[in-house]
Amino acid sequence: MGIDLRMPLGALFGVLGLLLTGYGAATFGQPGTEPSGVPINLIWGIVLVAFGLWMLLLARRARRATSGSTHP
Amino acid sequence: MTTLHWIDYAIMLLYFAFVLGIGAMLRRYVHTSEDFFLSGRSIPAWVTGLAFISANLGAQEVIGMGASGAKYGIATSHFYWVGAIPAMVFVGLFMMPFYYGSRARSVPEYLKLRFDEKTRGLNAVSFAVMTVFSSGISLYAMGKLLNLLLGWSFDASILVAGGIVLGYIFLGGLTSAIYNEVLQFFLIVFGFAPLVFLGLRDVGGWAGLSARLAGVATGNGYAPGAYTRSWAFMGHASANPVGVEWFGLVMGLGFVLSFGYWCTDFLVVQRAMAANSMTAARRTPLIAALPKMMFPFLVIIPGMLAMAVSSTSTVRQTKVAPAAQVAPAVATAPGVTTPAPSDPAASEPRPGIVPPKLDTRTGQPLLDARGRVVLDYDLATPMMLVHFFPAGLLGLGLTALLASFMSGMAGNVTAFNTVWTYDLYQSYVRPGAPDSHYLAMGRFATVFGVAVSIAAAYVAASFNNIMDFLQLVFAFVNAPLFATFALGMFWPRATGHGAFAGLVSGILAAAAHHGLSLPAGAHVGVKGGYLGVVTTYPSELAQTFWTAIAAWVTCFVVTIVVSLLTRPRPAEQLHGLVYGLTPKPTDDVKRWYERPGPLALIVLTLTVALNLIFF
Repeated sequence: MGIDLRMPLGALFGVLGLLLTGYGAATFGQPGTEPSGVPINLIWGIVLVAFGLWMLLLARRARRATSGSTHP
Repeated sequence: MTTLHWIDYAIMLLYFAFVLGIGAMLRRYVHTSEDFFLSGRSIPAWVTGLAFISANLGAQEVIGMGASGAKYGIATSHFYWVGAIPAMVFVGLFMMPFYYGSRARSVPEYLKLRFDEKTRGLNAVSFAVMTVFSSGISLYAMGKLLNLLLGWSFDASILVAGGIVLGYIFLGGLTSAIYNEVLQFFLIVFGFAPLVFLGLRDVGGWAGLSARLAGVATGNGYAPGAYTRSWAFMGHASANPVGVEWFGLVMGLGFVLSFGYWCTDFLVVQRAMAANSMTAARRTPLIAALPKMMFPFLVIIPGMLAMAVSSTSTVRQTKVAPAAQVAPAVATAPGVTTPAPSDPAASEPRPGIVPPKLDTRTGQPLLDARGRVVLDYDLATPMMLVHFFPAGLLGLGLTALLASFMSGMAGNVTAFNTVWTYDLYQSYVRPGAPDSHYLAMGRFATVFGVAVSIAAAYVAASFNNIMDFLQLVFAFVNAPLFATFALGMFWPRATGHGAFAGLVSGILAAAAHHGLSLPAGAHVGVKGGYLGVVTTYPSELAQTFWTAIAAWVTCFVVTIVVSLLTRPRPAEQLHGLVYGLTPKPTDDVKRWYERPGPLALIVLTLTVALNLIFF
């Protein structure tokens, strides 16, 4: 229906991931940012960016496939 | 109280902007009432599938399953691997052909097509009342939690959350709710996954968790593995913390309650009805079952971890996690203050970060009959969030929590506005109006449903007992439902009079059984026994399961007897509504694993494997 859900999904997680990665990099090494010894903001931010990009990629591929079929 | 940083607020605001933005974007696609209530039956299966579980993944699920994980351990997984997956497979394979194929617009409408007006009326009214009150109860729980955890105003929390849900459903109808449910699904997964990762890392993996919970188990008088094995101690109700034996569990939870919810509740079935084809509708619950069976790892393990991690947090303090350390109950993370008890019984050493439950009158920790501190298990998962997540990730975790509240509420509100508009308003108040009138009524019902939810949240805040009582009544109403649907779909001889008599007597049987029994240690009243205590159960769950069994059996028998005594409907009126009088659905997918049958087989095999791994 109208919108490919993977577009907003990719956009949201992409931006969330960038925010978290940026914040994690800016506060890297500061006390209280590494639960169980893991710089989790940085790592998880990168995971979210990767997921966001993957969703955007899938959406782009789907759009290409449909536009390819309507304009052979 | 935990204070949030700007980054946490930024993440929350971003999420709010996205959910409202999706509603605004979808607004221009809503032209008819069918667009608004059923998404024009145009949504692909992977989206309806994720929405199917997300609508069910409300706050009761995330908070409640974490609480049960802390209280019962891995046996809580029975609510998934016994109490959800088999029913989800059944509804997809066997019942969806009738729901989707009959072109009914709601579950009550199916009852009208199959049986008669009075059966539909009973189901529609009870369902409509139930959904708005359920969403009110979860709003109340959210307001209370945010107030306790972050010191936010109760009023502001529920008004903002309710307002946002109202906004996006009002604009984009069911499509908007479904799209946002998928967004919320991924937020919940990404918000809670690091909690499990960090927690398990802290205690030394599953082996470390088992070792620590073994101590908790022996301390509570169970075998060491009672919290980390799901089936081994189900032989007898007194041997496991759940307090249920395997038969009551499998029949009560696995059959009656689970099939009653997943196969008949319009809240979830509505998502499948929005699918773009019969195959997509049938695949919806099957696709949903795949992530659903993994949810125990996401929502139960945090609760178990809350009982096992040491209470000194590494967030905002040191970099190195201290070894297993037994500390006073409430010495939690700096920046996290729980109400400090002065009672000596509360400060006896124990692991875990679940705070004690406080007496609302005295402010002192509650003690059970044996003089031990009663823990506030509902805080298990929220405490884990503030214990492990630094600023930044905490914003994501709290957003995931908010997302779970909103997806559950939106599920209730969209189911309510559809049943109200189609099954009550169009049927009894104003039939035959133009479609645009019902579309407007749907939008109005959304506002009304949210307003009543908010009012119900305030009722719950001031009269806790009324809500306990209402939830009890809902449990009675729901228990017999699956017998009615199963007979309706698979036995052409079942009649409207039979269905109605069965439903009413099933509800009465549930009330009677509950009134004649009492869980061990409970007082006569809302917990049962008000008709005289004939039997006692080892736990409240055991009583719930057996109440459901009594209701189901009564409904099943009475429906059959009354149906045989009344005139059957001619077979030609039942085409598309009953098994055997409906052509077998054909699949429109190419790959073998996309067909409902093989997909169901994969789902069931994986479920059996999970049960065996944690046996």
